[in-house]
Order: sequence, then structure tokens, then C-alpha cells
Amino acid sequence: MPDALPTLTLQTAPDGAPRLVLGGSWSAARLAEPTAWNRISQGLADLANRAALTWDLRAITRLDHTGAQLLWNTWGHQWPAQLQWQPGQRAMLQRVARFTTPAVQPARRTFWQLFLRLGELLWLLWDHLVGLLALTGQLLLDVVALLRAPRRGPWRDVSGHLFRIGARALPVTALVGFTIGVVLAYLMSRQLRLFGADTFIVNILGLSIIRELGPMLAAILIAGRSGSAITAQIGVMRVTEELDAMRVMGIARGYRLVLPRAMAMAIAMPLISVWTTLAALLGGMLAADVVLGVTPAYFFATLPRAVAISNLWLALGKSVVFGLLIALIGCHYGLRVKPNTESLGQGTTASVVTAITVVLLVDAVFAVVFRNLGL
Amino acid sequence: MRPAVVEIDKLWSVFHEAGRHVVIHQDLDLRIEAGELVSIVGGSGSGKTVLLRQMLGLAVPARGSVKVLGETAASMGREGAASRVGMLFQHGALFSAFSVIDNIAFALRELKTLPLDLIMDVAMVKLRMVGLDPSAAHKMPADLSGGMIKRAALARALIMDPPLLLLDEPTAGLDPGSADEFCALLQSLHQELGLTVVMVTHDLDTLLELSTRIAVVADRHIVASGSAAEVMAQPHPFIKEFFLGERGRRASALLDAPLRPPASLFADTET
Repeated sequence: MPDALPTLTLQTAPDGAPRLVLGGSWSAARLAEPTAWNRISQGLADLANRAALTWDLRAITRLDHTGAQLLWNTWGHQWPAQLQWQPGQRAMLQRVARFTTPAVQPARRTFWQLFLRLGELLWLLWDHLVGLLALTGQLLLDVVALLRAPRRGPWRDVSGHLFRIGARALPVTALVGFTIGVVLAYLMSRQLRLFGADTFIVNILGLSIIRELGPMLAAILIAGRSGSAITAQIGVMRVTEELDAMRVMGIARGYRLVLPRAMAMAIAMPLISVWTTLAALLGGMLAADVVLGVTPAYFFATLPRAVAISNLWLALGKSVVFGLLIALIGCHYGLRVKPNTESLGQGTTASVVTAITVVLLVDAVFAVVFRNLGL
Repeated sequence: MRPAVVEIDKLWSVFHEAGRHVVIHQDLDLRIEAGELVSIVGGSGSGKTVLLRQMLGLAVPARGSVKVLGETAASMGREGAASRVGMLFQHGALFSAFSVIDNIAFALRELKTLPLDLIMDVAMVKLRMVGLDPSAAHKMPADLSGGMIKRAALARALIMDPPLLLLDEPTAGLDPGSADEFCALLQSLHQELGLTVVMVTHDLDTLLELSTRIAVVADRHIVASGSAAEVMAQPHPFIKEFFLGERGRRASALLDAPLRPPASLFADTET
């Protein structure tokens, strides 16, 4: 049974005194109905300044804390002179009167605090750099330990991660690579046709995809897909105290958590990169055939002459570095997660953003350093 | 007879797990009247929490019906749910992105009509009603202790003054002192606000201190329902183990004490 909407009626008693009769349900759900609220708030505002009013609450069917608070605020936090009520309403109003507190304002930020915050951010950046460096150093030590005793290595973990990071990513990277290849070839062929330079499509596509786009697309996709997963996995282990449990058992987390992921990433990333490159070239080749009439046979014949093989080695080398960076950044943010769920979400986001940014920056460094290679 | 707040009629709850059907409840009947504080006890996996989820409409009956305030979850929809049922989840389930006061005020703000200063006043009243200090208003849930989280979550559950309050393990994870304080708070709110409360708990102290009635879930239905003495008189093996096993010795010491009377009906609109 839906309660009646709240009502407000001004009456005049036989002796001429004004008398305000409230009725209906003064509850949050009913008061919040727009028509009721407009009427009630307007009515209360009109009456606010009138003294010598008699408030009659007896016809109210339901008065909850919101309704009581509204009345108490209308009365200016004091009891009106003339008030008629029921016992239950009395308890409700008295409770509201007892507990009403001026709202505490959150402290405002001063300029000095902002300045301190800037310092905190700088230290945080430094902290991240030191942490990443320490993680990299630990990884090197772990690799040395692994080379000394390869039989004791975490090989099962490596193969598991290899499957999740590498094999599971094949469909999505192929799809993205293929579509990018098609779009790129289509857009470029329209421009090239203007100059009658149709056959250069092979050079442009081949060089850009093999040298830059293939490794780049693969790295960005894997950073989003597996970098975030690494952070989330390790972060959840922190939240559920699994990391502490490992530590108590004396199991090195660098060797058991970071090393297998970094190794799997370093192996899977160049393979995924080649796979994405192939898919993109396939898409570009098909689009070139359809739009420009450059046959696949010609494409295949020209590609080795147009693109030096050193470009492929460069792409593979870059991919290994990208893979290691994504794994290390993922682990770094995962290990920094604090034992609460909010921190887990922040860590995962930060991990992906950092990984993609670092991949782009490092790619620019590669472009500058190897500018004389294979061009 | 007082009006029924919860009516569960021939309820079947079935889960699908790995291709198998797992029957949690089978022909379960339960009627909870206004003003009662009913505790649901049962072994792990007996479906106590599922029963709460059925009342909240978070689980769907496979057969039978669950009526809360006279209507099934399907016929009510989710709109205005906060003004019908309040739920205190086991770990509070506070929104971690909001401060305490924003958590408490959330349901009122979502109505999009009432002015913000009124909403904040009501939220502050609720905050103090559950015994929190006004200075806790702008803290984030991650900065609160376990007891404060439960209190803030309770204030949030009560923001729209629902007549029915559901509690899932209200004292789990609290130290004995905090648990006792929280029990006292629940007891006073039950009385003052005239709430109907349904509680799932493993804690015998809480159970005997708060309940006006105890319902035991075992073998997929309610095997006993009544005062502690009535329930303990039942010969069911789970009841024997729960109340009269090693853990239950303290309980039997308290057996002579009668359970509390139900809260007065509609304390806020009594005529």
C-alpha cells in the first residue's frame, strides 16, 4: 500500500488563531517525489516567518528522520510554541533534535599543502624509479641463479604464463593487426595513386609495419591485456595476504613471481610481434590488391628488396625489451598494492598507463639510436 | 497476530554448479512478524545467507514465493528498495570511493529532489545515531576500524528508515568488546525505531542476547523456530551440536533468561 503524499494545510481555528495541519506520509520516499517536494518546500518557505502558528502533526501517518529533520530545520532548530503531536512522533523529533550537528566541512587545501603535495609526488616518482631499478637488479640476480641451477627453475610457471600471455593473445592481436593493415593500405593507396606511385605501397607498408607498427601494436595490446593481469594477480595476492604467506615460508617472490613472468614475456613478446606484423601485412596486401591491383605475387617478390632484413632483427630486439618492461612494470605495481581493493584498482590502472607510456618512450629512443640501420 | 513483514512460502532455492543442480532450500516456510528480531542459524552451507539474499531479491526462488512487506521482489522492482529493506553486509560493503558521510547519504542523494543541506543533516543524524563521532564523517572507508565500518554501514542501511533490517554476521570480525557494544546498539535501534530485524549469526552470545526468536535452518528447511529453550528442546542433531556441544555450554547457562519481547509496533506513528 503506497502511503499518501505529504500535505500541508493552513486553517484558522474558531478563535482566529492560525493553525497548520500536516498530513500524509512525511517520509523520505514520499517527500522526494518532485510534485510533493515543490509543494511542501514552497509551503514551508512561505510560513517560515510567521510566529504564533500552531503546528498540528497528529494527522501524519508516517514521520521518518528525513521528515522530522525537515520540520526541525524549518523551526530553526528550536521547538515551536504551539505543537500538537503523537507520542511516536515526539520520540522521532526529539532524537533528531538531539543528534542534529552542524555539518563538518572537509578541511580545505592551503597553498602550503599543495606545495607539500608536489614534494610528495617527486618523492613518489623517485620511489618508483628506485623500485623499478631494484626489481631489475633482482631479476638479473635471479637469472644468474637460474643459469647456475636450471633444473630448479620455475619452469611450470614459465610455461603457464607463456600460454596465457602468448597463445591466448593470438586471436586479438591478429584481428587488430589485420584491420590496421587494411585501413593503412587503403588510405595510403588513395594518396599514392595521385602521384602514380602505386608500387611504392609495398615499401611504405613493409617498412612501417615491420619496423614500427607490428612491435608497437603488439606491445600496446599485451600491455593492456597481460600487463594489467600481472598487476592484478600479484595485487590480489597482496590483498589476500598470499605474498606474506610466501615470505613467511622463505620463498623469494622475485624468483617465484617476477622471474617467470619476465621470462614468459620476453619470449612471447617477439613472437606475438611477428604474428601481428604478419597479420597486418596480410591485411595490407589484400587491400592493395583490391584498391590498386598490386598482386600478392608482386607484393611477395618486392618485399625482401624493399625492406632490409635488419629491420626485422631490430623489431625483434625491441619486442624483447618491450616485453621485459611490461612484465617488470606490471610486477612493480602489483607488489606495491596496499592490502585494500581500492589500491588494487589504482595499481592496475597505473600499471597499464605506465607500461604503454614507457613502451612509446623507449620506442622513440630505439628510433633515434638505430636511425642509420636498415633504412 | 501482528502483520507479517516477511512471508516465505514453500521456497525452493536451486543453484547450478558445474552442470549439477544443488538444492539449497526445499519447501522452506518462514513467517516473520513486525517488530520481531529473528536469528537464523544453521551449519556452513545450509543456506542462511541465501535466505537473506532471497528476501533482498538478490536470489530468485526456483519455486515458491518470498514476500517482503506483502510483495515479491519481482513485483516490486528495485526502485525505492532502500526505503523498504536495509541490509548490513558482512564486511560492510561501503563504497570505497566515497567518504563515510557520502556513503550514508547516497540513497537520499540518488532521489535527486531533496536539497543537499537537508540530506547532509539527516546523514549526520544517522551517523550519530549509530554512535560514530561527527569527525568520522569525512574519513574514507579504508581509514576506518572494523567496528566503525559496521556502524557506518548500519547508518547507510537505515538512511531511508526501512521497516525491515537484514544483518549478515553483524559481529563477525569484531573483538569481544566491540561486539558487545555493537549488540547493544542493535538492541536499542530495534526498540527505538520499531524495526523488524532478521539476522544471520554464528555467535551464540549475540544470538541469545538479541533474538526474540530463533529459526534453525538444516536439511534444506526450517527444522525449529521459537525461543532458545524451545529450539534447544528439539532433538535434531545440528541443534544438539550447536547449542549443547562444547560451545553451547555457556549458552545453556543463560537458558533460564527469557528472550526479549518484540519491539513495539510502528513506534514512530503510534496513535
